[in-house]
Amino acid sequence: MTKVRVATVWFSGCAGCHMSFLDLDELMIDLADRIEIVKSPVVDTKEFPANVDVTLIEGAIGNEEHVELVREIRKRSKIVIALGDCAVTGNVPAMRNGIPVNELLEEVYGKERTTTGTIPNEVVPRLEDRVCPVHEVIPVDYFLHGCPPPAAVIGKALLALLDGKVPELTGRELKFG
Amino acid sequence: MKEILIRIDGKEVAAPAGSTILEVAQQQGIPIPTLCHLDGLSDIGGCRMCIVDVDGKIVTSCTTKIAAGMEVITNNDRLAELRRLNLELIFAERNHVCSMCVSNNHCELQDLACDLGMQNVEVPYAYPRLSLDATHPKFIIDHNRCILCGRCVRVCAEIEGAHVWGIAGRGSEARVITELGVDWGDAEKCTDCGKCVEVCPTGAIVEKGKATAEMVKHPELVTTLKERREND
Repeated sequence: MTKVRVATVWFSGCAGCHMSFLDLDELMIDLADRIEIVKSPVVDTKEFPANVDVTLIEGAIGNEEHVELVREIRKRSKIVIALGDCAVTGNVPAMRNGIPVNELLEEVYGKERTTTGTIPNEVVPRLEDRVCPVHEVIPVDYFLHGCPPPAAVIGKALLALLDGKVPELTGRELKFG
Repeated sequence: MKEILIRIDGKEVAAPAGSTILEVAQQQGIPIPTLCHLDGLSDIGGCRMCIVDVDGKIVTSCTTKIAAGMEVITNNDRLAELRRLNLELIFAERNHVCSMCVSNNHCELQDLACDLGMQNVEVPYAYPRLSLDATHPKFIIDHNRCILCGRCVRVCAEIEGAHVWGIAGRGSEARVITELGVDWGDAEKCTDCGKCVEVCPTGAIVEKGKATAEMVKHPELVTTLKERREND
């Protein structure tokens, strides 16, 4: 049986959603027979591969690299899932919205805070003016709410998709926070 | 009292003249989502969540009184769609960060998003830059989480009789204010009763010293208080 190709990516978020994904516990063993993780922060692949069946995106869109990569991910993925509140709403990373980026960088890296006062502008990607949820940049197929989404919700959604069904999440399974 | 016959979701119902559609629906056990409504306070039709279809026209059920022969539909695809869009607009207008909120897991707005099956907010988030006022010794008002339901305004005027809360500004500039816009800590008429805290449906008006998810409110206290006063 050909395994379903699954990718997970990590944008502006705390990795808590990935922790929740790992909390699938013994379900992970069942999933391992049916899916192959082709790209993830826990897999040593540099480039986002082609022909991915399902991509789970943790985190909001916060810098220019995220914007570029998420568009590429959409092209290379059949199904895109926004994983957790940062990806779905912007959540905590979006709390910087409204503060001009140069003021923000000055506050964090400026002379008042660090010995050199050097604003990082090389190697690291440039911050976007405004953090936004994933669906403001690319079409998203499914949304998993929660900070982080409970492992049971992630498991339910993945199992439904593996069975060729639409994940039916209702009531408290849709709770933010 | 004179009774009036109306049809609600196809069922013929008799109810006292002067009742609102919401009251009749609740008596019949028909669920209609509400947010600014609270039993014991006057109704203003502010949040628009309780909309229903009356003879093809969309009206707020909390402020519309029944009339003889009225045909009411409380739920259909169009109403569900309008309610969900309305809810998305409420979420998009301020900064509702559930994960960081003292009212997480005890919030009427959060519950409503679950009840109405809101998948995401399609309208662009406004992410406004808003302040909070922590000048009162016991309470905080955080405008990031305010949905302008006006329950604080009504409870303070109608139940406490202090008239401290009001709403200033229009549209997206509207804010709840204390007295004529002074800091809450300087509002001399405030009796520190905390009724505004109990009725606030979100984490906008809260007690000091609460951490994430620790703020549990009891709006039903105000309902009970009003009932007891009426029965005395």
